[in-house]
Amino acid sequence: MNPSTYDDEPVPGYPLPMRAGHSSPGRLERVLRDGHFAVTSELAPPDSADPNDVYERAQMFDGYVDAINATDGSGAHCHMGSLAVCALLTRLGYALIMQISCRDKNRIAIQGDILGGAAMGVCNMLMLSGDGVQTGDHPQAKPVFDLDCMSLLNIARTMRDEGTFQSGRKLSSSPRVFLGAAANPFVEPFDWRPQRLAKKVEAGAQFVQTQYCYDIERLKQYMHVVRDMGLDKKVYILVGVGPLASARAAEFIRSNVPGVYIPDSIIKRLKGAEDQKAEGLQLCVDFMQQIREIEGVAGVHVMAYRQEKHVPELVERSGVLEGRTPWHPKLYEGDATVQQLLDSNA
Amino acid sequence: MYTLRLWAVRNARLMEITYSAVEKTLIAMAPLLKRIGYERLDKPVAAVEKVVKGALFDCQMCGQCALSSTGMSCPMNCPKTIRNGPCGGVRADGYCEVKPEMRCVWVEGFAGSQRMKAGSDIQVVQFAVDHRLKGRSSWLRVVQEKTSADDATSGATS
Repeated sequence: MNPSTYDDEPVPGYPLPMRAGHSSPGRLERVLRDGHFAVTSELAPPDSADPNDVYERAQMFDGYVDAINATDGSGAHCHMGSLAVCALLTRLGYALIMQISCRDKNRIAIQGDILGGAAMGVCNMLMLSGDGVQTGDHPQAKPVFDLDCMSLLNIARTMRDEGTFQSGRKLSSSPRVFLGAAANPFVEPFDWRPQRLAKKVEAGAQFVQTQYCYDIERLKQYMHVVRDMGLDKKVYILVGVGPLASARAAEFIRSNVPGVYIPDSIIKRLKGAEDQKAEGLQLCVDFMQQIREIEGVAGVHVMAYRQEKHVPELVERSGVLEGRTPWHPKLYEGDATVQQLLDSNA
Repeated sequence: MYTLRLWAVRNARLMEITYSAVEKTLIAMAPLLKRIGYERLDKPVAAVEKVVKGALFDCQMCGQCALSSTGMSCPMNCPKTIRNGPCGGVRADGYCEVKPEMRCVWVEGFAGSQRMKAGSDIQVVQFAVDHRLKGRSSWLRVVQEKTSADDATSGATS
């Protein structure tokens, strides 16, 4: 039996029946609460107005991921918006993690998006402060930052659990969402990082996805403190991984992408390899397998920027799914609706 | 001023003691302040606050001062105005992702909190700021809140 296809499967595009004690009618929450090691990945939103660009990117992950992150202007670069990517993909039954950044919208716009996203079947939302505009392609833009990730988490939880906007005005129907946040155990101040995770949990985070892990020892130290604080029992921790295309790419990322720590040993290993790209993939597989063994880690988040096509291979080779095949639209036997949607846009 | 800001965080305990004294004095003066009228006092007190806290902390006058809960490092100097930092972009040397020449406000704040008596307040989630309070006196607001809470409790017991 395939554990990720459920007896109560709906027609793709409709929500799963909500289980008792769950916050959302989504697949990711079920997979995590069932104790499976989850795999999520990230869809690079296209610089286009063509829905097929979105469908194609999502299909690459079919059968290998439990949910797909729709990024919200990541790296402060302009792309198709996360709400729209979610709207396109939830219609096909995909499980989405809608990222919401505080950089571009104020609380009025964001609360509207939370309702809109939930209405379209988004079951997971990940709250971020966001990268500074200076890092992106529009450094002349006005940064909003009306909220930060913690106050946003708190507002989203209030909407879900209290059924009100931040203003106190009542909602007639609450968004049923599983709330997430980001964590970065790999940068200063290290001592404070587990406490900051505790703060996010306090504010409403039910799952976190971490920044890229290229330092397993640092992760182990972090998880040690996290377990001592009992946090692994309160929040599902998905550790970020990703393949490095070459030693040069790694050096570029290290000096230009904020928050990514890559130790010299990794760069040395890539430099020494005959086929650097293959070595980068192998390195990622190794990390996934090592992360799988750490107590308290609930899954991996594979961020394969510009290498998305390798995600299935990475997941397959790592064996972290342990034979499980996550649900995807092609598994639906009355596939006609899905196929029709794809065909009509072809 | 940046140098003074770093000095204030290094001396977070002293700042904490000083602020506590200021707060106590203002609370003792509350009946007088109330008679003059908080609204009328807001502008002059805010002006004093701006000079004092501006010099010491690079205060941005958000009107809802959180310095006691942020290790005496003003979170409004964070380019993302994160009130619950630090973000995940801190550079390896503890400098800011957005302004590489500036120390991360929250790396400093965390260090400051370790020097304070009530430093563990840094672990309390700070909720969204009320942008209507920008430019207004934070001190007077605290005095009003604390004394009205006292009024309420004494009213309830009497």
